[in-house]
Amino acid sequence: MHEYPEGQPVDFAIIGTGAGGGTLACKLAEYGFSVVAFDAGPYWRPLEDFASDEMHQSKLYWTDPRIVDGDNPIQLGANNSGKSVGGSTVHFAMVSLRFRPEWFKSRSQLGYAVDWPLDWREMWNYYTEVEQVLNISGPLRYPWGPKRPRYPYRPHELNAAALVLAEGAEALGIDWTPTPLATLSAPHGLAHPCVYRGMCVIGCSTNAKQSVLLTWLPRALTAGAEIRDLAMVGSIEHDHAGLATGVHYLRDGRWRFQRARNVVVAGYAIETPRLLLNSASAKFPDGLANSSGLVGKNLMVQSNQAVWGVMDREIRSYKGPPSLAITEHWNYTDEGKDFHGGYSYMSQGPLPIVWGTTQASKRGLWGQALLDAMENYNHQVGLKIVGETLPRERNRVTLSDERDQYGLRIPRVTYSFCDNDKRLIAHSLKFMRQALEVVDAHDIWDEDDDTCHLNGTARMGDDPASSVVNADCRCWDIPNLWICDGSVFPTVGGVNPSLTIQAIACRTADRIRAMARRGELPSL
Amino acid sequence: MTERYPGYNVLHKRNSVSWNDQTRAVIDARCGIDPDFHQFCDEAEWKTLRSLCDHIIPQPLDRPVKAPIAAIIDQKLYGGKGDGYRDAHLPEQDKAWRLGLAAVDAEAMAACEKPFCELSADQQHWLLGKIQRGQASSEAWQDMPPAIFFAKRLLHDIVSAYYAHPASWNEIGFGGPASPRGYVRMNFDRRDPWEAAEASPGREDQARVENERVG
Repeated sequence: MHEYPEGQPVDFAIIGTGAGGGTLACKLAEYGFSVVAFDAGPYWRPLEDFASDEMHQSKLYWTDPRIVDGDNPIQLGANNSGKSVGGSTVHFAMVSLRFRPEWFKSRSQLGYAVDWPLDWREMWNYYTEVEQVLNISGPLRYPWGPKRPRYPYRPHELNAAALVLAEGAEALGIDWTPTPLATLSAPHGLAHPCVYRGMCVIGCSTNAKQSVLLTWLPRALTAGAEIRDLAMVGSIEHDHAGLATGVHYLRDGRWRFQRARNVVVAGYAIETPRLLLNSASAKFPDGLANSSGLVGKNLMVQSNQAVWGVMDREIRSYKGPPSLAITEHWNYTDEGKDFHGGYSYMSQGPLPIVWGTTQASKRGLWGQALLDAMENYNHQVGLKIVGETLPRERNRVTLSDERDQYGLRIPRVTYSFCDNDKRLIAHSLKFMRQALEVVDAHDIWDEDDDTCHLNGTARMGDDPASSVVNADCRCWDIPNLWICDGSVFPTVGGVNPSLTIQAIACRTADRIRAMARRGELPSL
Repeated sequence: MTERYPGYNVLHKRNSVSWNDQTRAVIDARCGIDPDFHQFCDEAEWKTLRSLCDHIIPQPLDRPVKAPIAAIIDQKLYGGKGDGYRDAHLPEQDKAWRLGLAAVDAEAMAACEKPFCELSADQQHWLLGKIQRGQASSEAWQDMPPAIFFAKRLLHDIVSAYYAHPASWNEIGFGGPASPRGYVRMNFDRRDPWEAAEASPGREDQARVENERVG
């Protein structure tokens, strides 16, 4: 790996190496820029470092202290976090979906929330690029939305949990499909196809998973980028003119400074606003890039409610990727809804700790009642949504007065569902209950308070007064400061965000190259 | 109660291609935890914690190796590794547990004039039900809401510790570690020969035979 000296400015210092930062590091390095990408977590080698164990693999998560409040305090630290090179894609469920085109203009075309400054037709091409890089396995024909190219790899075999979703959808007369997944269904290079070990969400130990760690980052290294792991960035420095000059970071027990001509923040929707707010200075007392006052605001989770039941047949949902089948029916159908937005729902395969704590915390079971319910593990099935929530300024990331092990103020994450979010959830629970009833599941119950994914705390837009960055992920206030992760989403839609984050990173890299060639980036 | 997976022991796969070296090291360490060893809890706290674990997860008395739930929690609290979030109503996990253990005992003393560990199973059940419903009144809770402590700390930590242990996997028929071999048979009612066989009515003996072959 190439290593850059701290004292000489690199073209780009990128903070975070997940779906946003890792992808951008690769593309910018391949375009000839000098790049150092920082990550607070370690650079894992999955074949050597990963065990088949839920508790042990929590080493992949961001478990530094955070405070949660609001009407619906968010559970953090597991599926919606990552402290590893490659970010949370190291343990994501690999679900790789495109936005519904209308969502990029949800205000003007669907009548709610705000428009994106991006055009879906341009994004369609970037989605294709990412799907090729991730060797997505998917169906021959996708049932919803405009035409898309064929997925590069064939769909995976469905497990019983996915077949339950399919049977329910068929009975209710809606479309379903094998889920487009970023895990190999056939060999690729030195990697074997997925062995259906079923522990995707605690890190793939066979390298079938097409994470940022295994796709974009090897290319980034080949192109000359440096990945600096175990390096926690604490603040961004700027000069008297208000331009970013580099980053202060803690590594090997001491604070260091890396000079940079451009800084890209890609820490996801909590660490990104936290870093911008923690970088407040005399010139920017409310934090960097915050003249709109919107840094940290409009945090959007996705609702992640589920309906669970028990089948007479054996399901054994611990085998295979957890979400092998999906329906996006309620993303693409607007009739019959009493809410704005959409949701998809997918089959599930929870591992024992997650399943046990779900039964205990969500259902209130303990003692013999818990053990009795858990004995049905191999017969249980579930359908779980990824649901759109609306942006609300009251849902936000702020700084608490408490400090973490780095001496940095820790984030406080405040979240409450709004009435529209609750109507969407109620609709989904009612519908999924029917989808389990028609396949003769019994002992059906609703898990009504889970969330997944985090977006929106530094939204992109066309107007500096109502957004933090422009369509190119460039901060309105500081022209050599960029934000490239899920924070820039103005809305979230009803699909997992990682494919869209990577597509935006590819677009941002192309825009940076084009602007640099035209001499519009004075720092380069 | 009859076992759902008679004779199934996930540890029989330890030397198979379902386990790799990293997994063997991690599970060996967990199975080697001394169930009586504690560094975080003092003696009174330890007795209360053990009783709580026994009541939340009543492991069968005839089980040869029980999951050392209390020791796993003590180890977590002593090591200080958090979950990555904390409800604003609760203090840090170590403070929450110390406060909570003392408060559970104070509730037991107030109601029955005995510490929690000396209550009958019925009394413990009644008391924990009250705490779960937030109907606890001891000043020992200070500002910590009992119901939130019960759901987000007590249940969360005890249940997480139990389902991290192979004893629980045998009980529910989980395949356990699966790298690099993974699985082949994914459809309804299909099991690979290295998965637990379920004792459906009339098939108990056959399931036991099949489970003894798992490896």
